[in-house]
Amino acid sequence: MNITLEQLDSISSRYIDVMSKYSKIIRVCCGTGCVSSGALKVYENLKRALMDKGLIDKVLVKKTGCHGLCERGPIVVLGDEEILYQSVGKRNIDDDITALLNTITENQIVDRLLYQGEDKGKKYISPKDIPFYAGQKRVVLSLNGIIDPEDIEEYISKGGYRALYKALLMEPEEIINWIEKSGLRGRGGGGFPTGTKWRSCRSAPGDVKYVVANGAEGDPGAFMDKSLMEGNPHSIIEGMIIGGYAIGSNQGFIYVRDEYFLAVNRLIKAIESARSYGLLGKNIFDSGFDFDIKIFRGGDAFVCGESTALMSCIEGKSGESRAKYIHTVEKGLWEKPTNLNNIETWACVPHIINKGWNWFATIGTPNSRGTKVFSLVGKVKNTGLIEVPMGITLREIIYDLGGGIRGDKKFKAVQTGGPSGGCIPEAYLEMPVDFDSLTKLGSMMGSGGMIVMDERNCMVDVARYFLKFLVEESCGKCTPCREGVRRMLEIVNRICNGEGKKGDIQHLEELARAVSLGSLCGLGQSAPNPVLSTIKYFRDEYILHIEEKKCPAGVCKALTEFKILPDKCTGCMRCAMECPVKCIKGAKKEVHVIDSDFCIKCGTCYDVCRFDAVMIE
Amino acid sequence: MVEFKINGKKVQAEKGETILDVAKREGYEIPTLCYHEKLGSDGRCRLCIVEIQRGNRRRFVASCLYPVENDIDVYTDSEDVLLIRKTVLELLLARCPNSDTIKNLAIQYGVFDVRYTKDNDKGKCILCGLCVRTCESIVGVSALCMSGKGPEKKVTTPFDDPSEVCIGCGACAVVCPTGHIYIEDKGGYRTIWRKKFELARCPKCNRFHAPIEQLEFISKKTGVDIEELLICQDCK
Repeated sequence: MNITLEQLDSISSRYIDVMSKYSKIIRVCCGTGCVSSGALKVYENLKRALMDKGLIDKVLVKKTGCHGLCERGPIVVLGDEEILYQSVGKRNIDDDITALLNTITENQIVDRLLYQGEDKGKKYISPKDIPFYAGQKRVVLSLNGIIDPEDIEEYISKGGYRALYKALLMEPEEIINWIEKSGLRGRGGGGFPTGTKWRSCRSAPGDVKYVVANGAEGDPGAFMDKSLMEGNPHSIIEGMIIGGYAIGSNQGFIYVRDEYFLAVNRLIKAIESARSYGLLGKNIFDSGFDFDIKIFRGGDAFVCGESTALMSCIEGKSGESRAKYIHTVEKGLWEKPTNLNNIETWACVPHIINKGWNWFATIGTPNSRGTKVFSLVGKVKNTGLIEVPMGITLREIIYDLGGGIRGDKKFKAVQTGGPSGGCIPEAYLEMPVDFDSLTKLGSMMGSGGMIVMDERNCMVDVARYFLKFLVEESCGKCTPCREGVRRMLEIVNRICNGEGKKGDIQHLEELARAVSLGSLCGLGQSAPNPVLSTIKYFRDEYILHIEEKKCPAGVCKALTEFKILPDKCTGCMRCAMECPVKCIKGAKKEVHVIDSDFCIKCGTCYDVCRFDAVMIE
Repeated sequence: MVEFKINGKKVQAEKGETILDVAKREGYEIPTLCYHEKLGSDGRCRLCIVEIQRGNRRRFVASCLYPVENDIDVYTDSEDVLLIRKTVLELLLARCPNSDTIKNLAIQYGVFDVRYTKDNDKGKCILCGLCVRTCESIVGVSALCMSGKGPEKKVTTPFDDPSEVCIGCGACAVVCPTGHIYIEDKGGYRTIWRKKFELARCPKCNRFHAPIEQLEFISKKTGVDIEELLICQDCK
């Protein structure tokens, strides 16, 4: 039986009916961050407590996808964005469950579970008021944290699969026109106009075509696609079916990293339920259009986020990129026209169809329409997942949403675009975040990783970190990337170890140019970016390392000595207590001394001293 | 017919030809390592990179793969092309300091010195992949593969075990541009890729000439009687 619009509507009203029987709905974030801080225990214990109190028929406890504020997990939201409790169960789970019950039964708000800024100022009750959420514009994440990702009926009750119904009544060309006019650009990094890609694939000759969702997300510190796949898998599926119809493809693939086991499981479940509701399979909505999706679990290789390497994997070959002189929209998977988009791009599609291309085009900047999901990590107070309109400034993201730098240290740089991106210094904090501005700064949008760094990050060491990552993650097919990147690492390692030579910077720049121009795929072509951008903005730091053998951030061990300033030390003993190798000597209220023979230069003393008495030499 | 320019000179080519095909025909020198006229290329070594320009757009492409296009300007020795070429040669020389092929090619393009720590564990293998492709598409047994990624990538047999399908023909060694692949023929046996093959003795001249497994493979493929194949090429 094919599903009809009426059936969708009746599923919705039935679902809403069932929900209205509950006096309260409690949503426990079960994204990976919250699960690792104990959310599942909170969920189980709360359910048990409600059962004991005989409230289980009146109060519904739900597991949801990521709410975003991972820093303060486990997150529990009561009612319809009425109250947000953070760090639930972290201190004492029994106390917190009792507190939750009090709120449920007595409407008593528990002060200690409320969100409070790091400045110990105002406490917030509703998530809507918390600056971290208030500054966001949630489109693709709009149902993340609201719905149970494993329940297709809840997705349908929130308007799910209506875009698909609408799209199947449209002409494929018209859908492509809409996507084109919406200004949607690929969220995976390159920012290629999605509509143009769809059109090329539609007009490519061939009966068999494929659409692919790229969920290979492998940048360090990035979890945007993961959270979407875990939190709202149906939005991706719906987007892909619409894309398949517009392009003329009956088969989709979702490539997802096998390490994302929760995402894999939720996608499998979502595909199965979509099939059983007739939303995948033959003759969807009686339109004559057939479409199905297969999941491909990828191994842990960063390079497989590159489209041709990804397709190689699906074909059963090893994950090596190939030249794209003939585009994948003409010859992709098994040499058939293939349209590959990132997970987030697919998730934008149903929203554009539902609300119209002109609605989407009103968000963002002229060349970068819509919103973008970022994972905000590093030395920022509120780490987590955010969705913001394009064009928001870096400062707004880091200071308003992110709450500023942890420990109120000095901001140094923000790394965007993952290993292919670059580090942007303070001078450009007012830059709007969009595809073109970030590229102009020598970085890139990438898939949305944003790593904030402070004065204790050495920029040469940051370059070294990304190089090391890229050396291991290069597929090894072409010479410049396989050999060139590791030789860049060799030079940077030397600089960090105090063996830098005059001319190393020029050598790095020259090698970087050859690697970026000569490499086969995007990985190698962008691999020098972390080095080039740190040289561009922090050249002085390189020079200090090379010529004066100093690491001002106190990170490169060969170049760092920690010393205690006698006139500032109060003898509080904090550093001595925190020192992991106990190499700081000194009695209470007496000046402390670091025994440099045993010091491992971890910098703990520097970080914990409240009197600025530890200095980096 | 496609018309474009190489280093300012107008040239014509058939659709589907690569820039390298045409440049070679026109007498331009472009070095290659992973390209073979019978096997084509898959763009690994990056030595044949040229610069192409269309309007304001400049690109660097592997000439062995790039299909010719109307109205492009190809430069085979622009400043950046030479930078890429020299860099690739220096990097390969650092990887394979004992390879004469690489050493000579490097000298030819002005690379006399290596600024990096020379490797001593990669032999003479530059990972051009010609052996793997020969084994797969010419011999038709797929005994070889690339394994690992990044600098750890290497050519080997599956799981580094002696290959069940290898016939010991040595085509991989013949096609290898640097002489990395080692064949030992000794005492009536051939050893290659950790597998030992019994060699067939020619009934006429009594000389060991080819692995029995290879002759059996050919017999099966061609239908020629094994007894006939046991006679060596010289005695036929």
